[in-house]
Amino acid sequence: MAVLNVNGKALNHNADPRTPLLWVLREQLALTGTKYGCGIAQCGACTVHIDGVATRSCQVPVNSVGNRKIVTIEGLATNGTLTKIQKAWVEADVPQCGYCQSGMVMAATALLAAKPKPTDADIDAAMTNICRCGTYQQVREAIHAAAKA
Amino acid sequence: MTIHQTSLRRPSLRRRGFLVSGAAVAGGFSLGFHIPFEDGAAHAQTVKELNAWVVIHPDDKVVIRIARSEMGQGTLTGLCQLVAEELECDWNKVAWEYPTPAENVARNRVWKNFSTGGSRGIRESNQYVREGGAMAREMLIAAAAAQLKAPAAELTASNSVITHKASGKTVTYGAVAAAAAQLEPPRQVKLKDPKDWKIAGKPLKRLDTVDKVTGKQIYGIDFTMPGMLVATVRACPVIGGKLKSFDAAKVAKMPGVKKVVAIDGNAVVVVADTYWNARTALAALPTDWDIGKLGEVSSDTISAMLKEGLDAEQAFVGNKTGDAKAAIAGAVKKVEATYSFPYQHHVTMEPMNATARVTADKCEVWCGTQNGEAALAAASEASGLPVAKCDVFKQLLGGGFGRRGRSDYVRQAVLVAKEMPGTPVKLIWSREEDMTHCQYHPITMAKLTGGLDAQGNLVGLHMRISGQSILASLLPGNLQNGMDPVVFQGLAASGVEAAYGYNVPNLLIDHAMRNPHVTAGFWRGVNTNQNAVYMESFMDELADAAGQDPLAFRLKLLKPKWAAVLKAAADKAGYGKPLPAGHFHGLAQVMGYGSYVAGVAEVAVNPDGQLKIHKITAATNCGHVVNPAQIERQVAGSFAYGLSAALYGEITVKDGAVEQTNFDSYNLMRIDEMPKVETVLVPTGDFWGGVGEPTIAVAAPSVLNAIARATGKRVRDLPLMHHELKKGV
Ligand code: FES
Ligand code: FES
Repeated sequence: MAVLNVNGKALNHNADPRTPLLWVLREQLALTGTKYGCGIAQCGACTVHIDGVATRSCQVPVNSVGNRKIVTIEGLATNGTLTKIQKAWVEADVPQCGYCQSGMVMAATALLAAKPKPTDADIDAAMTNICRCGTYQQVREAIHAAAKA
Repeated sequence: MTIHQTSLRRPSLRRRGFLVSGAAVAGGFSLGFHIPFEDGAAHAQTVKELNAWVVIHPDDKVVIRIARSEMGQGTLTGLCQLVAEELECDWNKVAWEYPTPAENVARNRVWKNFSTGGSRGIRESNQYVREGGAMAREMLIAAAAAQLKAPAAELTASNSVITHKASGKTVTYGAVAAAAAQLEPPRQVKLKDPKDWKIAGKPLKRLDTVDKVTGKQIYGIDFTMPGMLVATVRACPVIGGKLKSFDAAKVAKMPGVKKVVAIDGNAVVVVADTYWNARTALAALPTDWDIGKLGEVSSDTISAMLKEGLDAEQAFVGNKTGDAKAAIAGAVKKVEATYSFPYQHHVTMEPMNATARVTADKCEVWCGTQNGEAALAAASEASGLPVAKCDVFKQLLGGGFGRRGRSDYVRQAVLVAKEMPGTPVKLIWSREEDMTHCQYHPITMAKLTGGLDAQGNLVGLHMRISGQSILASLLPGNLQNGMDPVVFQGLAASGVEAAYGYNVPNLLIDHAMRNPHVTAGFWRGVNTNQNAVYMESFMDELADAAGQDPLAFRLKLLKPKWAAVLKAAADKAGYGKPLPAGHFHGLAQVMGYGSYVAGVAEVAVNPDGQLKIHKITAATNCGHVVNPAQIERQVAGSFAYGLSAALYGEITVKDGAVEQTNFDSYNLMRIDEMPKVETVLVPTGDFWGGVGEPTIAVAAPSVLNAIARATGKRVRDLPLMHHELKKGV
């Protein structure tokens, strides 16, 4: 048994230590909001925060995490109250299929924490997640709206 | 706040005891189907549907049934709007659910077509879903008339409330729904004039958003159930090759491994407790393949095969007027150009997956699919059980784009589950498996030859397409005397689907079919994509040769509806007016999926040859607009999809196998390259057209035409990443 600090809780798992954090979250801890898209840190669907840093969990062996704080998409809203970024996402009606959106929201959350008023160039640099439905225009709009909120 | 969709949180209708109490009315609406209500003990009572489309609960909640699959395109919201409009219900009380394909079969296909492709969701089902809403409304009014003891003709329905104006009495839908469900449905209903719409036609928010920003949304890949195992597959790297041997003993003792099985003679599957364990074991599994002569195929051999077709004698004629060859031979000026469009991959963000449970007398599948009934047929075939003993429980799709119209992954999941009777098995494809075993956007080339007279008028045009047929690959039974009519999408002489818009006095469009072994399939926009690249690029080349402006040149040739939408885009973009220094416009138009679309791209290419697509102005005439906000999103998304293909999309073949394995070798457009997209809606209200696909076709040619203006370089072979745009190079 090993312990992970996820969304403020200590959670046990028995995965092989080299298992990517992504699959421990999804298959051991039933946190399926974090998505598998590529497994090679290219798409961002698996983005979580580790000590506040947006990280692609498909390339993080679970034994490298230690007791650092992991936050997943499920850990953003508190008692059903959406964060201002999630609210902006709903307001701008961003998601289409939605599969990339957990990663998008996690990346945007980290961006706004680091840069409360991001420019378009900041957004371009930080939001390298792939969205095949092409929600990019609404993603940009929602980030700017959240920055103003 | 909107009530969210219910289907994923509730067992299927049938498993909750879907009792057929009367004869199902073929193709109509039938009553007496009991649907136990399961949203908590407080509502533990039976709620009867008003008809196949509408269930109203005592608390006024309206559940609208959606047969088409939601994959991001917004069809469920649009279809709900159409039903709710006629139903006159409170939009804030609307929830939705999927009936299952087996329920559709059991009820004489009361929900009609489940297939979700070809931008058909709204354009093909608008009539019957609106009738479903209107009939339910009439039944509610009739029940209210009885309850209020007032003539039905004196009652009005609005916002889920029925009012008798004279007496001031009102009753809510929830209060009369049970009584209404006992009534005979009206034989005929009159649908509202779209100009009176209050819910349809409005830019309403989607019904399926909140769960997608909180991580709660369950997709097929997230599906789980007690006792479920997880499997992953490796099929022969060469499509069409066979499995020669594999050594299961090498991985049998690895962590979590439960079983190693071969399926269909061409793939091996490891079943384990988790995906990660299955994947790790599969990577260690020795396999040997029989690929025969297919190993000699490469992109070069495919290219040579297609080139030969450009001048081949035999070709299928798709569109012909007059004598194009003679007109071109006698023309004052002759223009010729050859173009190519490579294989593309759909890249749904969610890799293929399906969960299946098979017993001796039952086969159940949980998956995202664009075609529930095809998935049901695949489940039946793979399990060997009759359709009546199978069902498919549709999950939301993490992207479809045509890929999930094919049920290969469903078949595989069922074959694996069959090996472990009673155990649910979720089969997940790795991204690598997904990249290398798609049914790819077909590969084609085209040679276009045009003749101009002394005034620069187009007197003859010959377009020879050479390349792959989707029907030959996936549905050979649908070929017509060997010809694939789908090849001519956007080029057909007439029809409501995808007709050619130019009046050319002498025209010949023909196709030399050349089919490599790589499976071809429907890819969002399908053949309108490359056909528009070829035709719209060539129109610019012809305009240049004629010394005319490309807009003016096109407008002289285009039929009215095609011309109107192109003009709308050009006007909105300020075409012909001064642009910022270094910016250039490019145009393209097409008709596809019943709609007329056009795009104007504004690009700049800097001295280093770097391309920046600044802005796209896109016009759409889809006849009726059901949700303008969602159309805008589909149009912007179409440019992301089409431009990603134009910039980077290319699947290549080496030693018979697809070379690209993941996003490091198949690059995709990110936010930094996404232009601003401005959508102009110019609906003419006289037809119903699709929205999810047509616009993709104008993405690449509008940008290629703008690049040619900016650099003088005409790119005729995609993707753009292979081309140097720097001047003088
Ligand atoms: S799944 Fe981790 S970046 Fe794609
Ligand atoms: S919303 Fe579908 S991939 Fe982004």
